[in-house]
This record gives sequence, C-alpha cells and structure tokens, in this order.
Amino acid sequence: MLLPLILNGLIVGALYGVVAMSFVLIYKASQVVNFAQGEFLLVGAWVCWWFLTDWQMPFWMGFLFTLAFMTCFGIILQVVVLRPLIGEPVISVIMATVGLSIFFQALMKWIFGVFAKPFPPIFSAQSVDILGLQVQPVYLLSLGISLFIMAGFGWFFTASKHGLAMRATAFDQQVAQSLGISVPKVFAMSWAISAVVSAVAGVVVGVVNGVSSALSFYGIKVFPAVILGGLDSVVGAVLGGLVIGVLENVAQYVDAEWLHWGNMYAIAPFYALVIILMIKPYGLFGTRNIERV
Amino acid sequence: MSAPAPAPVAATEMLLEVNNIEVVYNDVILVVRGLSLAVLKGEIIALLGANGAGKSTTLKAISGLLKTEEGEVTRGEIRFAGERINGIDPHLIVRRGIFQVMEGRRIIADMTCLENLRLGAFTRSDNQVKSDIDMVYGYFPRLKERTGLAGYLSGGEQQMLAIGRALMARPKLILMDEPSMGLSPLLVKEVFGIIQRINRELGVTILLVEQNARMALSVASYGYVMEQGKVVLDGTAAALADNEDVKEFYLGGHGAERKSFRGLKSYKRRKRWL
Ligand SMILES: Nc1ncnc2c1ncn2[C@@H]1O[C@H](COP(=O)(O)OP(=O)(O)O)[C@@H](O)[C@H]1O
Ligand SMILES: [Mg+2]
Repeated sequence: MLLPLILNGLIVGALYGVVAMSFVLIYKASQVVNFAQGEFLLVGAWVCWWFLTDWQMPFWMGFLFTLAFMTCFGIILQVVVLRPLIGEPVISVIMATVGLSIFFQALMKWIFGVFAKPFPPIFSAQSVDILGLQVQPVYLLSLGISLFIMAGFGWFFTASKHGLAMRATAFDQQVAQSLGISVPKVFAMSWAISAVVSAVAGVVVGVVNGVSSALSFYGIKVFPAVILGGLDSVVGAVLGGLVIGVLENVAQYVDAEWLHWGNMYAIAPFYALVIILMIKPYGLFGTRNIERV
Repeated sequence: MSAPAPAPVAATEMLLEVNNIEVVYNDVILVVRGLSLAVLKGEIIALLGANGAGKSTTLKAISGLLKTEEGEVTRGEIRFAGERINGIDPHLIVRRGIFQVMEGRRIIADMTCLENLRLGAFTRSDNQVKSDIDMVYGYFPRLKERTGLAGYLSGGEQQMLAIGRALMARPKLILMDEPSMGLSPLLVKEVFGIIQRINRELGVTILLVEQNARMALSVASYGYVMEQGKVVLDGTAAALADNEDVKEFYLGGHGAERKSFRGLKSYKRRKRWL
C-alpha cells in the first residue's frame, strides 16, 4: 500500500526538485527570492499548449518553440524588471516578484480562460508494469525528464565555464568581475535557465493533468522544498523536493486512514516548513561558510 | 629556475601610463590625488607605501574594479597599450589583458583549485586552457596535489592559486596587491621567486604593490613610493633601496612596521616643508 504512495511521491517530488533547483539558481546567482517561480510553469505550459493547439505544431516543435520563448521571457524579465532594482532593499525586490506572480496569473486567465485545458494526447495511455505497479508512461517520462534536468544542472555547474562563472558570481561578485565575468549577463542567464527549466516542468505537469492556474501552486510548494534543503543549495533543492513529494502523499494517506483532519496533501509540506524553520533555519544543506586559513 | 631567461621585449615600450589621476569614493572621499606612474613592457614595477596610502585604490583604478566599490577616477587618464581605459567595466578590462590579483587573495573558497584555475581562463576561448593548467602546476607543483576545496588551502597555497589563476587569463599585465601579506618569510621568498620567474619566462609585466619594500625592491626594476594618495618618491629599485628615507621608514627591518608607521608622519611633514 505504501509503495505506490512513495513512488508517486518521488515522481511528483522530482518535479518539485526541478522547480526548486531553478528557484535556487536565481537566488544563488542574483539573491532574488522569486515569488513568480510558479508562474514560469504556468506561462510555459500555456505557451506550449497554444503552439500545439492553435498552431497545430507537432509536439517536439512546439516544445522547442516554448523553450526559445521562455529563454527570451526570462532574460526580458530580468533586464526590464529586476535589473533596475539592483541595490534596492530586499523588500522592494520581493514585492516586484510578488507583483509579477499576480500579473502573470491574471494575464494567463485573461488570455486562456479560467478552465483547465488538456494537452493533445502525446502518449498512449497504456500503463507499464514496474515492480508489480501499473505506471503510466507519462509519469515515467516525467521522472526521466526530471533526472535529465538534474544531471544537466550537475554538468553545468561543474564542467561548463558559464556554470562556474555563475558559482563565482554567487560567491563574490567583485571577484567574479576581476576574472572577466559580466555580472549582469550572469543574472540574465540565471533567469533564462530558470524560466526554461520551470517551463519544462510546467509542460510535463500540463501533459499529465492539463493546463490550469493550479500550476502556479508549484511555485508555493517550492518553499518547503528549498527551506528544507537550504536556500542556496542546488543538491538540497532536489532532496527537499523529493522529501516534500513523498511527505504530502504519505501525509494524505495517514490522514485518510486515521487522522481525518482533511486536506493534508496540500498542507503537510507547510507544517514541515514551519518545523524546519524552527529547528534548522539554514536547511539541511544551507551555507556553512568555510573559514579562510 | 633552470630555464635561461630570455631578455624582456624592447624595454622601452610603454604598456601602462597613469597620468595625474584623482580617485574619489562615494563622490566625496578623495583618496588618490594627482598620481602618475609608468610601466614599461616586460618589467616588474614596485608601488610601495604604508597602509592607507592608496595603493590598492590605484590598482583598482587601473583594473576598473573601483566601479564595484562606488569609486571613480574623476581626473586624469589611464592608458593601456596606447588606449584610454578609464571608466571601462572591469570585466572588459580583463579582456584587454590586465588582471588584478586582489589583496587577500580572494580565491573562490567553495570551489576546488582546478575550478579556480579554469575560471581564470573564463575570458579565453582557445583550446590551450588544459596545457596552461599544466604550466601553472609547473610553477606551483603543490597545487596539483590539492584536490579539496580551495578554502581549506593554507595562506601560501591560496596566494599561489591566486597567482596561478591570474596566469590562466594570459594577461599582458598583472596587478599584484600585497602577495606577501600574512605569509611566513620563507613562503614570501618562494612566492617572490616565482613572481620573478613568471616575469622572465612568460614575459608578463607586473605592477607589484607591497608593504614588504625590501622584498619588492629585490625583484623590481623601478619603484614608486606613495603617501596619502600621491607619489612622493620614485627611482630605480637600486636607488630606492639606497635612499636614506626609504631605508629609514620602509626597510627598517621586520616587526618594526608599527613603529615606522608613526615615524612616517614626520616623514610626511618633512616632505611637505620642502
Ligand atoms: N571602498 C572604499 N570606500 C571608501 N574609502 C575607501 C574605500 N577603499 C579604501 N578607502 C580609503 O582609501 C584610503 C586608501 O585605501 P587603500 O587604497 O586600500 O590603501 P592601501 O592599499 O595603500 O593600504 C584609505 O583611507 C581607505 O580608508
Ligand atoms: Mg591595500
């Protein structure tokens, strides 16, 4: 009974992990707490849906167009909205991202309506047998894509020079500049990557559940995940996402069987959030400064 | 050490020219007032002076890093390889061939040695980065053995990493800010030996800021002494090392720095009355 719950939790949790990583990316590179992360999923999924239905594109094409769109979207947001706020108080920056969140939620409702819309069918719904469990291929694909993105992040931050530059910028902007790195470019790149990666997650969820404003909620779920993992830890974000994914499934099960408090699926992560903040405010993997010798 | 030292390129070619610059922080704090200096290609030039004289500020004015600290060159001109570079963003100045090794080494503590070195080559797109990493390991063999995070390196190793990282950018000019800071006398010797080799073997020009005047003058060909944002004295390294005032206030031996700092004030006064 527990196994499917955990598997389901891991599949959803991996997606949380992906969104959490893209949230941490922005936070690490540019110290912005992005309250509009969920809207990246929402915008990405709607744009992809639009390419596939209104433009009748084949899936791969619509998907690539979506990625291209989200790259520009991320860069434009950073350059137009956040760059002018550099040096302003943290609260102004937070209000700006909250504003973006509200704005894009409303905009998407205005353009695409308030009802959930399904993606055109992409895979046969024939379920596969894994360890005696019937799993739909989309879920497997979702897990595969999540793992692929995580591996991509790992490669980016350790092997590519732009990934290293991003880490250098996160560590010390002055040092980064002394190495020839353009900090504004790093900021823009972090927003572009974050928007693209979140959009991929948005499309995956859209394919599974249909596209609706519920996608925004992933942006909220990110908070327990990243607080658990530590705001500035990419690995922590992944683990935090997985834990939260499993936690909400198990909590719901426990609630349905014994507690009967109701709605544990949505709320349990936030109970966890409060508890984590009380006992380990920097998260499991948050920065421990290495002292200079 | 065994390599024959090729003569530096035509020793009269001007690489860096600082003309009468004035530097202001936060629009009000005047820190450098009318400073001029010249650096010829292939040389090691020493910039000496007590704490707070404005040496680091001068280097940051050249590298453009001043911009990151609300500082600005408000007067005068900085020319590198014949072109005016005042006001250019620091990341673009690196691309022109000036690399500053900042005071306090400033290596990236949460990265490995190798990652730090690779970042030094950020501005490059050629395919010789790997062989240059081996070249750096040639100068600093002990860095090769360090596979952990750079933050756990000793002070000397961090300084070596900072210099190695600068070499990875293949700069024409390295601005080196107090490489001896916090190092044991033995390590200072080692580091300065390598600075000299880098200059001779790779032809990199070096502008060397130091409080350890004795060490700096032993590797430099020419030197400037700064005080309160101005050059008060300059000359060949040999002449400076022989100069009575320099001897008294900067070569007073180890451990006498605090004392000489107080003495310095009367030195300043004397200079002014002249
Ligand atoms: N970022 C800054 N903002 C304001 N004042 C500064 C700044 N950096 C240095 N100063 C001041 O400028 C003067 C020269 O500093 P600095 O260039 O670091 O001297 P040095 O490197 O010779 O010890 C000092 O009085 C210092 O307090
Ligand atoms: Mg200094």
